[in-house]
Amino acid sequence: MTISEQDLARVAELARLRLDPATVTEVTARIGNILGMIDRMQAVDTRAVSPMAHPLDTVQRLRPDEVTEPDRRADFLAIAPVSEDGLYLVPRVIE
Amino acid sequence: MHDIALEAIAGALERREFSSVEITTHLLDRIERANPTLNAFVTLDREGALRTAAAADAARAGGATGPLLGVPIAHKDLFCTAGLRTTCGSRMLGEFVPPYDATVVERLAAAGCVTLGKTNMDEFAMGSSNETSWFGPVRNPWDTARVPGGSSGGSAAAVAARLAPGATATDTGGSIRQPASLCGLTGLKATYGRVSRHGMIAFASSLDQAGPIARSAADCALMLSAMAGFDTRDSTSIDTPVPDYVSLLDRPLAGLRVGVPKEYFDPGLHPGTEAAVRAGLAELEAQGARLIDVSLPHSPLSVPAYYVIAPAECSANLSRYDGVRYGYRCKDPADLRDLYERSRSEGFGEEVKRRIIVGTYALSAGYYDAYYRKAQQIRRLIAEDFRQAFEQVDVIAGPAAPATAFRFGEKSNDPITMYLEDIYTIAANLAGLPAMSMPGGLVDGLPVGIQLIGNHLQEGLLLNVAHRFQQATDWHTRAPAFAA
Repeated sequence: MTISEQDLARVAELARLRLDPATVTEVTARIGNILGMIDRMQAVDTRAVSPMAHPLDTVQRLRPDEVTEPDRRADFLAIAPVSEDGLYLVPRVIE
Repeated sequence: MHDIALEAIAGALERREFSSVEITTHLLDRIERANPTLNAFVTLDREGALRTAAAADAARAGGATGPLLGVPIAHKDLFCTAGLRTTCGSRMLGEFVPPYDATVVERLAAAGCVTLGKTNMDEFAMGSSNETSWFGPVRNPWDTARVPGGSSGGSAAAVAARLAPGATATDTGGSIRQPASLCGLTGLKATYGRVSRHGMIAFASSLDQAGPIARSAADCALMLSAMAGFDTRDSTSIDTPVPDYVSLLDRPLAGLRVGVPKEYFDPGLHPGTEAAVRAGLAELEAQGARLIDVSLPHSPLSVPAYYVIAPAECSANLSRYDGVRYGYRCKDPADLRDLYERSRSEGFGEEVKRRIIVGTYALSAGYYDAYYRKAQQIRRLIAEDFRQAFEQVDVIAGPAAPATAFRFGEKSNDPITMYLEDIYTIAANLAGLPAMSMPGGLVDGLPVGIQLIGNHLQEGLLLNVAHRFQQATDWHTRAPAFAA
């Protein structure tokens, strides 16, 4: 079991990562090795087993729909790389 | 002063043997001398530490007391510290200054701890050797040509070199227990949900858990008492009272049933490590414990299950790093796509990118059922193995790592070999169980740890067993020859 270079390119795009062409082949092989290790799981019969998403199978706790957080927008904007007038700035999206 | 145990510092401060400012200054000076060699710290906060120490001394002069008041510690650089740089060992957060404290940081500060600085770690907690940090590798004080383990390598190296009496750390697949084992320390990963993850920068949200690394079970008990507890800001936090771990330490071990899983004594276990672990088991027997063979038949599947679940969750958690709201941003992005791709590709290291790719693949359409869902089913089988074992035994014991500290570069060329470094530790994260490592011997001068795994919320029992072991042995008192 291995990942094709096309699959790898597609996944990299989904993850918004640009893989250096020089390392793509190496990463492809390494990921193939990892996937081979993962394939051992396929040999186990899990038809009657329900997936376990949480170690203690707990349920999401809910709280009353009330405002409890203070407004710290200024603090959070202060650590942004580029911001202005309370907005995060990014390169133009709409032409 | 740096040889005094964490749990004894408050007493010494009470008796005015030295002040918090004095011990803090002493340790800061040691760190500055040692860090060029060990690289255990990413950020030192001399000003903040001395300010807190002075405040603790003043409080004590005014009649305040507490077992952690004025006690210096270090925080793994994965815990947000308000106003103090928090990097996760990554260029992506290389200049990130959090606007808030993690709950763990808040709680230890409320108990009076002095934060010396932030310890180095594998980038975004992904690694078992602390070789992947953007800030350079950490060296093991027992042998500076060898790794301290990871991802909490900085915390472990700092405590082993007597630069800090205790440090916080986190464990997703063994990142507390394995470095504790490789550095001759006592480290504990709490039950999933026992310690709040609020402000603990996320790697794999269903596996991440915090805990202390220190020089003894008694030290760990003290730190954990302050760290643990329900937190409304962590939706996976367990709402049950925190026991007084220190008061539980001295219970005799007579009648304790210790499970020894046959799967953990496999050909991959180095003979020197096996001998030390078995000698440790014999010591528990001598104290009245009963050794019982158990089987955890799905153990071999824990590595592949983990290496699907952890990367999958990491790919989701790390999608927030986009150069927009915080963290690294590439220069002169041509467009939005370029902003995302270059910020992420330049900001993340190779191991992190590798895991994001594996995780994205495992969650992508067409592969989700075969990989991620399958891994979650395997996970339930692994948890079920433990549930059944705990019907017959009180704790499970075995190795924490396959061998002692390895040399730099020895495992980093092949990620599979590195992943096998976690083979004994991963299952406890998958099952959400508390687990710890305590020093059990030396092989060719390098420390070996013994792992104890408990049932949910049995941190008190684990610390009790380790403490009784440490009252009868002296492995935990051994220090490296490293001079700071």
